[in-house]
Amino acid sequence: MNNTFTNIVFAAVLSVLAANEARAAEVKLLNVSYDPTRELYKDYNTVFAKYWKAKTGDSVTINQSHGGSGKQARSVLEGLEADVVTLALGYDVDQLYQKRKLIPENWQSLLPNNSSPYTSTIVFLVRKGNPLAIKDWNDLVKPGISIVTPNPKTSGGARWNYLGAWAYALKHNNNDEAAAKEFVGKLFKNAAVLDTGARGSTTTFIEREIGDVLIAWENEAYLALREFGSDKFEIVTPSLSILAEPPVAVVDDVARKHGTTEVATEYLKYLYSKEGQDIIGKNFYRPTDPEIAAKYAKQFQPLELVTIAQFGGWDATQKKHFADDGVFDQIYGPGK
Amino acid sequence: MAQSSIMPGFRPAISFTIVYLSLVVLIPLSTLVFQSFQLSWDDYVHIITNKRVLSSFRVSFSTALIAALVASFFGFIVAWVLVRYSFFGKRFFHALIDFPFALPTAVAGIVLATIFQPSGFLGRLLIDSFGVQVAFKPLGIVMALIFISIPFVVRTVEPVLLEFESSMEEAASSLGATRLQVFGKIIFPNVFPALLTGFALAFARGVGEYGSVIFIAGNLPYVSEIVPLLIVTKLEQFDIEGATAIALTMLVISFLLLLLINVLQYWVRKRSGQL
Amino acid sequence: MNAITQPVNPAKLVERQPLALQDADWVRWILIAIAVSFISLFICLPLGLVIFKALSKGIEAYGAALSEPDALAAIRLTLLTAMVTVPLNTVFGVAAAWAITRFEFKGKSLLTTLIDLPFSVSPVISGLIFVLVFGAEGWVGDWLIAHDIKIIFAVPGIILATLFITFPFVARQLIPLMQEMGNQEEEAALSLGASGWKTFWAVTLPNIKWALLYGVLLCNARAMGEFGAVSVVSGHIRGLTNTLPLHVEVNYNEYNIVGAFAGASILAGLAVVTLILKTVLEWRK
Repeated sequence: MNNTFTNIVFAAVLSVLAANEARAAEVKLLNVSYDPTRELYKDYNTVFAKYWKAKTGDSVTINQSHGGSGKQARSVLEGLEADVVTLALGYDVDQLYQKRKLIPENWQSLLPNNSSPYTSTIVFLVRKGNPLAIKDWNDLVKPGISIVTPNPKTSGGARWNYLGAWAYALKHNNNDEAAAKEFVGKLFKNAAVLDTGARGSTTTFIEREIGDVLIAWENEAYLALREFGSDKFEIVTPSLSILAEPPVAVVDDVARKHGTTEVATEYLKYLYSKEGQDIIGKNFYRPTDPEIAAKYAKQFQPLELVTIAQFGGWDATQKKHFADDGVFDQIYGPGK
Repeated sequence: MAQSSIMPGFRPAISFTIVYLSLVVLIPLSTLVFQSFQLSWDDYVHIITNKRVLSSFRVSFSTALIAALVASFFGFIVAWVLVRYSFFGKRFFHALIDFPFALPTAVAGIVLATIFQPSGFLGRLLIDSFGVQVAFKPLGIVMALIFISIPFVVRTVEPVLLEFESSMEEAASSLGATRLQVFGKIIFPNVFPALLTGFALAFARGVGEYGSVIFIAGNLPYVSEIVPLLIVTKLEQFDIEGATAIALTMLVISFLLLLLINVLQYWVRKRSGQL
Repeated sequence: MNAITQPVNPAKLVERQPLALQDADWVRWILIAIAVSFISLFICLPLGLVIFKALSKGIEAYGAALSEPDALAAIRLTLLTAMVTVPLNTVFGVAAAWAITRFEFKGKSLLTTLIDLPFSVSPVISGLIFVLVFGAEGWVGDWLIAHDIKIIFAVPGIILATLFITFPFVARQLIPLMQEMGNQEEEAALSLGASGWKTFWAVTLPNIKWALLYGVLLCNARAMGEFGAVSVVSGHIRGLTNTLPLHVEVNYNEYNIVGAFAGASILAGLAVVTLILKTVLEWRK
C-alpha cells in the first residue's frame, strides 16, 4: 500500500514538474489586472499571441490574474511575478514604485495618454423601464432609493464612483466642499450593500436582485446588458461623470528577470494599435485612438467628463478622501 | 520528563510533534507577534479603539454568539434524534452532518445568498410572511455561521449522548420521576459540558469565518462589516501595521477561547472522576 | 474529552432504549420533525442547489465545464495539495496523539491548545502569516528573491497554507479516543515481548482505525475545500495557481454559473460520497 501511494505522489509531482517544463519552451507573460477586464483581456490575449507569432515566430502564452485593484497591486509588491500590470487606478500602480521601486518613477509617461490605452466612466444600471425615473446623480440621494456600489476603501472602481458624485456635487453647489460632503454622504447612506469589488457589486445587483441602482463602470454595465439581456436592465448615463483612466505598466524588475521586457512592452504598445483599440471598443471601453473612438462613438452616450488631474492627482485625492479618517470615513460615520 | 513507563517512542513522537508544530504553526504565527512589535503601544491602542474597528468586533462577536447559540439548540436536538430515535433516512442524515466542513466556504456563501436573497426561495417567503430580510443584513451573517457551526455541536454532543449510562435514567423513572424531570435533572446536566464545548468551538470558528460571510453580509461598515473583512480592507490599503494589529488581537482571543475550552474539559473530566 | 468532532459508530445509533425510557410518540415526532427540517434547510437545501445549478444547462454543459483546461489544472492542483498535506498531517496526528495520550509530561495542555490553534484562527490570518514570512517584504523575502525560490503565489505556498488549516484534524480525532482506550492492551503486548512498532501495528492501529479514517477524511475534505487562506497566498493565476475552490470563484465572477457550480459539485459530491461510504463501511463492521 505504501509503495503504491509513494508512486502516486511521485507521479503527480513529476507530472506537475513536467507540465511546467513543457510551458517553459515558449514565452510566458503574467498580466495582473483588476476585476472587470476579464473579458477584454481574454479577447486581446488571443489576438496579441497571433500578432506576436507572425512578427517574431515565438509563441507567447499570457496568464491572467484578476481581483480587486488594490489587492492585485499588493500581491505584486509581495512577490507575485507580474510582467505587466493593468490596474484600475494610477494610485495602485504607483505603489509599485513607492514601496519597492519595481517600476521607474516616470512610469506614467512611458506610454501615450498617461499610460491609459483605454478610458471609461461611471454610469448607472437600473431595472428595465427605470421605474424610479433615475436620470442623474441627484436622484441617487433621494430618501428611499437603494443603491449598490463597491466599497471605496477596497475597490478601485468605487473610488471613481465616489469621485463622480463628488464632481457633480461641486459643480451644482458652486464648488462648495461642505455641500459636496453632505451630498456624497447622503448617497452612501443609501447604499444597501458595499461589496469588496466591482464584479461583486454587479452580481449583487443582477443575481441577488438587490437595490434600485448599480453605480458601475460603463464597460461593466454594458457587459451586464450583453450577458443578462437588455430586457431586464437599462443604462442611465448621468450629465457629468469622471473620466476613469485605468493605467498599464511593464513591471521592469520582473520582466528583466524573466527576460520578457521586449514582449511585455510590445504587449502594452499593441493595445494602442488599431486592432487593439478595436477589441477595446468591442468590450465597451472607450478607445483612445480618435479613429476607432469615432467608430464606437454611438455606443456611448455623450456626457461631461472630469479628470483626476482636476482633483490634483491620485496622491492628493487618496490622502484627502480615502485614507483612514479621510473624507469618506467622516461622511460614513457610525449610526448614519 | 516522561513518566516511567514501558511504553516506547516518547522521544521520537514528542520531538516530531514539536518540530512539526513549530514549523507549520508556531513560527508562521510568531511573525504576527513580531510584526506588531513595530508598533508602539499607543499606535496599537489607537488602531484597535477606532470606532469602525470596534463595531466590526461587535458585529463579529455578536453574530458568532447568536449563531453558536442557535446551532447549539438545534444541534442538540439533531444529536438527540440521531442517537435515540430511529426513522427513515437516518443514516443519510447522519452522514450529511459533516457536509459544511467539506464545502468550500465561498460556495457556501454563494449558495446561502441565493437561498436567502429577497427574491430567493426562502428569502421571499421570509419577507412575505414576516417582513424579515435575511441576506445582506447582519441576520445573513448569522445564517452563514449557523451553517458552519452545525458539525461542531452535533459531533461533540453525539458521543456523550451515546455513552450515557441509561441505568441512572432507569433508576430515576422507576422511582417515579417524569420524563421531563429525568431529562432536566439527569440527562441534560451530563450532556451540558459537551454541549458547552461544541458551543465554544462553533463560536471560536464563527468569529474568524470569512469566505462564506462576505457573500451574504452586505459588508456595510458599522452594520455588517466583520473583523476578517476589515483585516483584508486594511491590507488592500497597504496598511500592514493596521492589519497585523487587528489580526494579533483576534489571535489572542482565539487562543484564550481554546484555553477556556481545554480548562472546561479538564474540569468536566475531573468532575466525572476520570482524573 | 471531546474533539472537534468525534466518530460515532452509526451501528450503535439503532440500539433501542428500554421501554420505560422511551419518549412519548408526540415528543418523538416533534423532535424528529425539528431535526429533519433543520438539517434539510441548512444542509440538504444548499447541497441540492449546488447540484441543480451545476446541471441547469444539461449534463453536456456540465461535462464541458469540467473538461476545460483551466478546470483540469485546478483539479490537478487540488489533488496534489491534498496528496501532500493529508499524509503529513496524518503522520503528525498519530505521533502527537501517541505522545500526548501515552505519556505524562509538563505543558501537555498547552501543547494540546497549540495543536488546536489553527482551527480557530481566521483563514484570513492563516494566509496573512505566510505572506509575512515568505512575501517579498517578509522575513525571508530578500533571501528567496536572491535565490529565485517561489513560495507564495506558487504551489509551495498553497500547500503550506493548507497544511496549517488542516493541521489539527487527525490529531484531534485520535487524542480523545486513545485517552479513553487507556494503554493496558499495549502494555500487555509489550510485556509479552512485542516490539514497539509491532505493538502499534497489531494493537493500537486496529483500535483507532475508524477514528483515523474519519480524521483523514475530514482532513482531506478540508484540504480540498479550503478557500480563505489559499486565496490570500495563491495569486489567482488561471491554470497555474487556482485550486478548485478558487476556480469556482473565478467562474462565478465571470458569470459562468455552470462552470462555478460544476466545480463546487465535485467538491460537494466527493464529500458526500466519502461520508456515506464511511457510514456504510462502519455499519458492516
